[in-house]
Amino acid sequence: MSHNIVEKIWQQHVVQRQAGFPDVLAIDFALLHEVTSAQAFAELDRRGLPVHDPKRFLATIDHSIPTREDRHQVHDPQALKQMTALRENCQQHGIALCDVGSQKQGIVHVIGPELGLTQPGMTLVCGDSHTATHGAFGALAFGIGTSTLAHVMATGALLMNPPRVMQVQFNGQLPQGVYAKDMIMHLIAQIGVDGGTGLVLEYTGQAVRDLSMEQRMTLCNMSIECGAVAGLVAPDQTTFEYLQGRPHAPQGAEWDAAVKHWQTLVSDPGCRYDRSVTLDIGQLAPMVSWGTNPEQAIPINQSIPHAARDQADALNYVGMTVEQAVQGVPIDWAFVGSCTNGRIEDLRVVADILRHRVIDPRVTMYVVPGSEAVRQQAIDEGLDRIFQQAGAEFRQPGCSMCLGMNDDRVPVGARCISTTNRNFIGRQGTGSITHLASPATVAHSALAGYITHPISPMAQQEAS
Amino acid sequence: MKSAIKTVRGRSVPMLLDDIDTDIIIPAQYLTQTSKSGYGQHAFARLRQADPDFVLNQPAYQGAKVLLAGANFGCGSSREHAVWAIQEMGIEAVIAPSFADIFSNNAQKNHLPLITLSAADCQRLAQLPPAQAIEIDLLRCTIAAGDAVMSFAINPFFQHVLTAGIDELDHLLAQQAAIQRFHAQQQRRQYFVRMPRGSA
Ligand code: SF4
Repeated sequence: MSHNIVEKIWQQHVVQRQAGFPDVLAIDFALLHEVTSAQAFAELDRRGLPVHDPKRFLATIDHSIPTREDRHQVHDPQALKQMTALRENCQQHGIALCDVGSQKQGIVHVIGPELGLTQPGMTLVCGDSHTATHGAFGALAFGIGTSTLAHVMATGALLMNPPRVMQVQFNGQLPQGVYAKDMIMHLIAQIGVDGGTGLVLEYTGQAVRDLSMEQRMTLCNMSIECGAVAGLVAPDQTTFEYLQGRPHAPQGAEWDAAVKHWQTLVSDPGCRYDRSVTLDIGQLAPMVSWGTNPEQAIPINQSIPHAARDQADALNYVGMTVEQAVQGVPIDWAFVGSCTNGRIEDLRVVADILRHRVIDPRVTMYVVPGSEAVRQQAIDEGLDRIFQQAGAEFRQPGCSMCLGMNDDRVPVGARCISTTNRNFIGRQGTGSITHLASPATVAHSALAGYITHPISPMAQQEAS
Repeated sequence: MKSAIKTVRGRSVPMLLDDIDTDIIIPAQYLTQTSKSGYGQHAFARLRQADPDFVLNQPAYQGAKVLLAGANFGCGSSREHAVWAIQEMGIEAVIAPSFADIFSNNAQKNHLPLITLSAADCQRLAQLPPAQAIEIDLLRCTIAAGDAVMSFAINPFFQHVLTAGIDELDHLLAQQAAIQRFHAQQQRRQYFVRMPRGSA
């Protein structure tokens, strides 16, 4: 019998199957952060339950912290309370915490892979919808709410029905200047913000095989933006090379045994999928969102389609009209960071574009590394100086401007081109306008002062 | 044990916008609390602030117990605060053509019934006068609105959780021995990768 990768991982984690009930699914690992965990700890305390196996948990502080230089000074008393609660809860329950100031602190979906905690074939959860990021390693990783987190903390398992699986095949070779971010934005624009509901997406095809681990993480990260339960990529040599030697990766004989097991975690030829979609990316252009959800996105060289006239609320909010080109729209802010595009490879792309150049004086640009490790690496490579010389601010790691809940917010009415994952109304701050794009598009736009990318016709005209 | 919910009876408020995301239900700036309460006053804050005539602001709909929503309700973040906020508003059930997965899981854990009803029937309910009460029967999967009766779909386990007052954590705890055995066995398997030793 041939199986797809999701069925294999599922079968290896079902503890119990009982008619009329969802499966009891064993969870290998859970990541915690300060925003969604306090009420879960409180539930355990209320019932007098211990954490079932504290070494299967790792916590970090990322969402509500400032990213300025003196970020130890938290001015928001509520945020401080939340951080203190996480510290106390971790201490009380024996859970390791990557606190601010630790070399391992960072955005929850950046540090898991970096530390080698995220491994193929695992079930991994976090009280955060972008947990699918970890699927880049061939793990079944998905976001859960606070109550479910309490279930996992208390028992090491949760109740869930086996998900349906959709194969998303990317064919062709990515053109120069086009990235995984553009691939996933293209998919979401095609299938819509609810096109993945109830499904785990397996990303397949040569274009996916060709991606680095950082790019695969970007791809999987935004699976939730089409409503998918999770997204994943079967592990291969690229995965193993990334993992080998990381702090929590297996070593020696254990490593060999692990790789042998991981190699079995591929979808068998002829396996069944509930749905399939094939996309050719050989001609893909950089994608930019124009509206207030990630499906409202178009190639940068196109105009907002006439059909968007039905989406008047979105158009009004962003101050754009049908048939208007996205390219050339002036921007006030440029943001590089988040669990979607805050990794070292993203920063390198941005630095390559900004090197020896200066951003438009009307633009405020933040470059926020996804973790301490990314920040350190960027400094070691001299990227920080490139950002600073270009007029961008290189800041301390955290979620930052990805969501308006810490000090970093896009002001009311300001327009931001951003490497993040959500352009929801007010996501980056009340009244802010977001255009999602790849790090390269953000960097080029920051230089120009308007949305652009050199491979697009308008920029070529200017150059000639 | 939680109390069983077999029916929800009350007036409904129509807010038939599609793709209402969790940032709209409860914006991130209000998430820095460590409790489960204090969110209701901020629910749908942006929609309510932007338009004084927004349906949730209209006096005729105050006290409604059923929220009538558009497709893909609750998409976006995993924040359970979205469910807590809606419950704190006094809403006891949400009816929509479809719901996002994590939101649906969170609603189930908090015993907030989510009723999946065809878009056409949602439109019919939206036409009701504000004073008209409806009755949702969770055992029969029907909605009675005046003379009209419509049937809806609900995940059978979700229905069971609601109507029998099941606490999922209790259900899992009853199987804890099996779960622990499973984890221990898995750890003995050759390929199993050692978990961190607890030092960050
Ligand atoms: S960077 Fe943004 S999407 Fe990622 S975990 Fe932080 S807030 Fe969530």
